[in-house]
Amino acid sequence: MRAFSYERASTIEAAAKAAAGTDGAKFIAGGTNLLDLMKLEIETPTHLIDVNRLGLDRIEPTPDGGLRIGALVRNTDLAADGRIRRDYALLARALLAGASGQLRNRATTAGNLLQRTRCPYFYDTNQPCNKRQPGSGCAALGGFSRQLAVVGVSDACIANHPSDMAVAMRALDAIVETVRSDGTTRSIPIADLHRLPGDTPHIEHVLERGELITAVVLPKPVGGKHIYRKVRDRASYAFALVSIAAVVMQDGTGRVAAGGIAPKPWRDEAAERGLPNGAKAVTAKLLANAHPTEQNAFKLALVERTLSAVLAEARG
Amino acid sequence: MQSLGVLEISRRDLLVASAATVTVASTASLSHSQTNAPAAPQSTKTSFTVNGERRELQLDNRTTLLDALREHLHLTGTKKGCDHGQCGACTVLVEGRRVNACLTLAVMHEGESITTIEGLGQPGNLHPMQAAFVEHDGFQCGYCTPGQICSSVAMLEEIKANTPSHVTGDLLARAEVTPAEIRERMSGNICRCGAYSNIVDAITEVAGRKV
Repeated sequence: MRAFSYERASTIEAAAKAAAGTDGAKFIAGGTNLLDLMKLEIETPTHLIDVNRLGLDRIEPTPDGGLRIGALVRNTDLAADGRIRRDYALLARALLAGASGQLRNRATTAGNLLQRTRCPYFYDTNQPCNKRQPGSGCAALGGFSRQLAVVGVSDACIANHPSDMAVAMRALDAIVETVRSDGTTRSIPIADLHRLPGDTPHIEHVLERGELITAVVLPKPVGGKHIYRKVRDRASYAFALVSIAAVVMQDGTGRVAAGGIAPKPWRDEAAERGLPNGAKAVTAKLLANAHPTEQNAFKLALVERTLSAVLAEARG
Repeated sequence: MQSLGVLEISRRDLLVASAATVTVASTASLSHSQTNAPAAPQSTKTSFTVNGERRELQLDNRTTLLDALREHLHLTGTKKGCDHGQCGACTVLVEGRRVNACLTLAVMHEGESITTIEGLGQPGNLHPMQAAFVEHDGFQCGYCTPGQICSSVAMLEEIKANTPSHVTGDLLARAEVTPAEIRERMSGNICRCGAYSNIVDAITEVAGRKV
């Protein structure tokens, strides 16, 4: 790990200002992903700003019947919250499908959104990777790509976003709230938070330098059946090959987002209008522009089958 | 004795050469630190409570909680396995909650209370979970055991606090201690000897259930 200086931020504004004004600065919250990457020298911050004591660890009702989840609410606490379990079961299920008990105790809501890909070539510093070292090439394209993305990819990068939580939040139309280094705030729909790789896979989200996520807001509950189905190589503590987050209403309409298959939580509102007609048509539209590799083409069929199983479960 | 002479010369040469290398290296790192490195200090005075005792350390910021416990406080009961949060051997309790000590920095725990395997129980005064692991042969080589025990103690508390898991059928019902729940909730602790079934038995007994 490279050496770095450390400060414990005492206010949100000071944290954002320090991050914008210090070369090589990064925020640290749970640290479960950042420290892993720092040990491998994939992340090499020269200054860490510890945001753990900013008091952003509460879940509060919003005036319009939703919930505001503080950026530092730990994954365990979010999944265990009575209101989340009752009204946003999809989110509780997605959180519980991810990581291990120890990691969920540390990992935060904002950190989960901003975690980096687990593409093996991003992690292997001996291999070219456009995300880790822009312009070096993509070893995954001709390599072991079984785990990686099939849609939203480019010739520069086929890394997938590893989060389960973010997939549920995408289906729930969550809004990400931030503070910028000049003290102004903004609200970013989760659909717009992550960027597709294009020619710049090292730029993964729309946040500016120093911009700090302070909360994630869930709109008021939409009802329906909440199902998160995750398909993976072992039954626990593994990243998704494919996951489906669905809210299905009594009349068969609903929402669907998919995980494990794209550089961001993958949802297509036009595709999900076909939900009452079954999984096949929805999947065809959702994956219309897919560019799978030979090794991960199985994910196309797996998405349809997983969605089909979810819809069967919803019908009960 | 010519060969000894050659040996002595080469030893001396070697020492001179290495001293020169050290000098060059330290000069290089000095100039590097003068031009590039941040002015802010790279170590921090940190104090926290470990197993009920207040400890104060001046630590390089890079020191993980795991290395602070093992290398600085010599509490070597907590094990380093993968050092990347994948195996659970380093599991300790921070403010009563289980965490991977390898994936958190010691400086982040200023003022907090940490419990390691040494704090749970000692020879002659075992924690019930330690005794149950012995009773049920819940290990083979024993390397993952301190992490397994710390994790299982906190895991039962999580069930008591009604925290759900991936295998909990009804999110609105009370969490229960079942073998399926134990297996899912302990998936962050790997045992390469494969003592899992005995580990489940040990935990089940401590939870007050029939094994």
